[in-house]
Amino acid sequence: MDGMADLDRILTVIMVWVAIGAVALAAQRRTRFVARTLFPISSLLSLGLAASALHAVFMQPQATVLPLGLPGLPFHLRVDSLSAFFLAVIGVTSCGTSIFSAGYVRKGEGTAPGLQCLQYHLFLASMTVVVLADDAYAFMVAWETMALTSFFLVIANHRVAAIRRAGYLYLLLAHIGAIAILLCFGVLQANTGDFTFANLRLQALSPFWASIAFVLAVVGFGAKAGIVPLHVWLPEAHPAAPSPVSALMSGVMLKTAVYALLRVTFDLMHVPLWWWGAVVLGLGLATALYGVVFTTVQTDMKRLLAFSSIENLGLIFVSTGLALLFRSYGMNALAALALTATLLHVAAHAMFKSLLFLATGTVLHATGERNLGKLGGLIRYTPWVAWLTLVGALTASGLPPLAGFVSEWLLLQTFLFTTNLPTSFLNMLVPLVAAAVALVAALSGYAMVKFFGVIFLGQPREEKLRHARDASWFERIGLAWLATGCVALGLFPGQVIVGVSRVTKLLVDFGLAETVRANGWLLLAPTSLQRASYSPIIFLLVVATSIAFTAVAVRIVYHGRQRRAPPWDCGFPDQNARMQDTAEGFGQPIRQIFEPFFRMRRDLPSPFDARPLYRVVIEDHFWYWLYRPVEVLVDRVARLAGRIQQGRISIYLLYSFLTLVVMLLLVGR
Amino acid sequence: MTPSGFLSQMLQFAVALSAAPLLTGWVNQCRAWLQNRTAPSLLQPYRVLHKLFNKESVVAENASALFLGAPYIVFGCMALACGIVPALSTDLPLAPAADAIALVGLFALARVFISLAAMDVGTAFGTLGARREMLIGFLAEPALLMTLFSASLITHSTSLASIVHNMAHSHFVIYPSLAFAGIAFTIVSLAENARVPVDNPATHLELTMVHEALILEYSGRYLALLEWAASLKLFAYSCIGLALFFPWGVAEVNDPLALVFSLPVLALKLAIGGLCLALIETFSAKMRIFRVPEFQATAFLLAVIGLLVHGLLGA
Repeated sequence: MDGMADLDRILTVIMVWVAIGAVALAAQRRTRFVARTLFPISSLLSLGLAASALHAVFMQPQATVLPLGLPGLPFHLRVDSLSAFFLAVIGVTSCGTSIFSAGYVRKGEGTAPGLQCLQYHLFLASMTVVVLADDAYAFMVAWETMALTSFFLVIANHRVAAIRRAGYLYLLLAHIGAIAILLCFGVLQANTGDFTFANLRLQALSPFWASIAFVLAVVGFGAKAGIVPLHVWLPEAHPAAPSPVSALMSGVMLKTAVYALLRVTFDLMHVPLWWWGAVVLGLGLATALYGVVFTTVQTDMKRLLAFSSIENLGLIFVSTGLALLFRSYGMNALAALALTATLLHVAAHAMFKSLLFLATGTVLHATGERNLGKLGGLIRYTPWVAWLTLVGALTASGLPPLAGFVSEWLLLQTFLFTTNLPTSFLNMLVPLVAAAVALVAALSGYAMVKFFGVIFLGQPREEKLRHARDASWFERIGLAWLATGCVALGLFPGQVIVGVSRVTKLLVDFGLAETVRANGWLLLAPTSLQRASYSPIIFLLVVATSIAFTAVAVRIVYHGRQRRAPPWDCGFPDQNARMQDTAEGFGQPIRQIFEPFFRMRRDLPSPFDARPLYRVVIEDHFWYWLYRPVEVLVDRVARLAGRIQQGRISIYLLYSFLTLVVMLLLVGR
Repeated sequence: MTPSGFLSQMLQFAVALSAAPLLTGWVNQCRAWLQNRTAPSLLQPYRVLHKLFNKESVVAENASALFLGAPYIVFGCMALACGIVPALSTDLPLAPAADAIALVGLFALARVFISLAAMDVGTAFGTLGARREMLIGFLAEPALLMTLFSASLITHSTSLASIVHNMAHSHFVIYPSLAFAGIAFTIVSLAENARVPVDNPATHLELTMVHEALILEYSGRYLALLEWAASLKLFAYSCIGLALFFPWGVAEVNDPLALVFSLPVLALKLAIGGLCLALIETFSAKMRIFRVPEFQATAFLLAVIGLLVHGLLGA
């Protein structure tokens, strides 16, 4: 096949997406047409994008220049293995969310469906261009378009004040990040004035300037990825957005930040210092722990998932940090292993988190509730959603044989393979980090049992839940597509690693493909069989066989008699739904154990209250430690600046005059 | 797959499935002796299983398919766990399918399913049990992982067969890191198998039970499967402990004769292990549920200290 064709096909997809958006805008009133025709077409396009991207992973880099934008500043686009991998993630995930949207979009939820469709497709197109961009200029344009379109999507339901607030917060942090990224590119071009990535690659920066660029990149991309302490927008914006948008933001947009961090630190910069890795590792670890502890105590299902995204991005940063650390010491094989874990987790998280967010969307439409305290028992009324969500929840808990476990396994293997780092301090640190990662993984299981159990199991906590309707067919297809992704990625990690190793070859000059191939497609073994191996297929087969065998054997040897009766519950009569654990109750032990993490306010009723009220408000320390002081500072500075604003034209003219005089004095010297 | 490998794998499955209730019976018997009670027969667990299998299963009206499927899934997980832990031989064809990390994942999978099933009917005790089980699990899981890591770092492998092989063949050295790991492992296995300082398998006292609260709604064959799975779990944990800390007497590759000897050796080691478990259970009192996380955190910290000691001393 012609080498150029992949990039051309990808560009065609982008253009058709924009065209679909334009058609939707023209047909704003015809909700049915927008939902049932345009979104399925868009979903097919996503599939095409994924296919071309998967092909491009194995091809040589392809580049093109588009005569867009300002004169003399055309868009440079390029697809290499790294960008192709992320394009594939975008394609596969958006294929699921688009087909889901076909059943989800309806009138009367804020912005008109036609306009939402336009914003949605511009959002998709801008994410694709971010990954394709080959110069800082095109990158920044796409990055800002991505932020703006997603901002408008977040505030789709703009009549609610809380949603407007969430959108504003998101826009604010997106811009703080963008400033840092802009400055980072400024440092990287080293006064050459040429912002193409090809030129940035050539610049040999001094360690000092390289470090500045690195810190700026971590701040800029960390703000988008939701790294502590820049995470505060995430739990506000994700619940506010419509569910397919939350799914895309969490599943894909956060990953563009990971992509950009990999691009800048591994591809554009060449002088890796060891502390860079340590910084990313430390930030990631703090984020993961912080995210998972907050996940377990949430009572709003979408907020819960948002915190879980923070946790997962933290884990991704942990493995990225490890890779940076290894690269700085020239241990390329280990760096490749860590990067493989990173990329697999990127793919896995894109699948399961989109799946879970979409599932919350169907629950929201079926019941009108987001509060976990008012849900329950839905597995009996919406079985499709429930069972598909179970796949997502198990993947999110990092359980074998699903996708989440593979990346966790590789990450833990990386820790075990680590030996003889030159600094003994780092050597001691590695087991501690491994322990923390294991703790995070176990806690995420706790959170997911809570998420799934409280929503779908037990008795319905409200009467209206008994009339909940299952997802429509389009929604089921979308959910099933992503669930299949979770399973496939979990069962065939070897095949994915063969593709991923092209990326790691590009970034750290080492790939795992040969070792993985040598050990056969059935067994996943990063180095040798004696060292470590894992085979999800055999794992699944043995468990499934023993289940089937047991079920048949019990029936043959004994019997299959079964009778339905009221629940036993130790003989207590009159069970009702209020006696089950609430979401608060399920999170209570974690709240007690990790108390210093939270800023908690509790209103406890006294025994004599006629109408007892129990309330816990859990807040983030960072609001009070970081954001409030900054707010006060900005306020003071603004007041100072306000003094020179008198509102009288003569005074402003005087300012201009004085400025001119000062300038003349400076120039005249 | 070699014929001898296939043989040892099948033998291991057969021994685990048939002997696991025996181990439970032995522990109960020892406990009764130590506590001056009349001991039940060694075969009592088999009688209980037989009785339960014969009974009709009574299922709550609103139970979903998840509730009905969970006992089979838990049983399947525990069966696989018993199949990959090298108890009789290190020549297990299934061993490469799941290493130490996957083994921990396997236990986690079973735990998540049984907790979800307990929440399914929506009774007060079920959800309480699910919450407590996950609470115990979230600290036990990393602690177990760290324990296994201590052994992996010494033997440079996470494959259970390689770990046992290397441990059994190394010169007799006392590894300080393994000492820490051993204490941590003991605590974890007490908690994971619902044993006395953490949970009491012999009680239905509402305020304290964990494991019994989880399976409260089950009856008939489902209950039998869960009880059997609990025995399998105890068996698997005992075998992991024996394999890590007392790896002698396990048969090797290309040595089918050794299988004949490894069986009595295993029986002897399990008998001693069961007696120790009964001793621990007799000499300790049940803890308040909120002391359990502290107890478990101790295990986690000890395991991490074990890893650090390995880093410091290189042993």
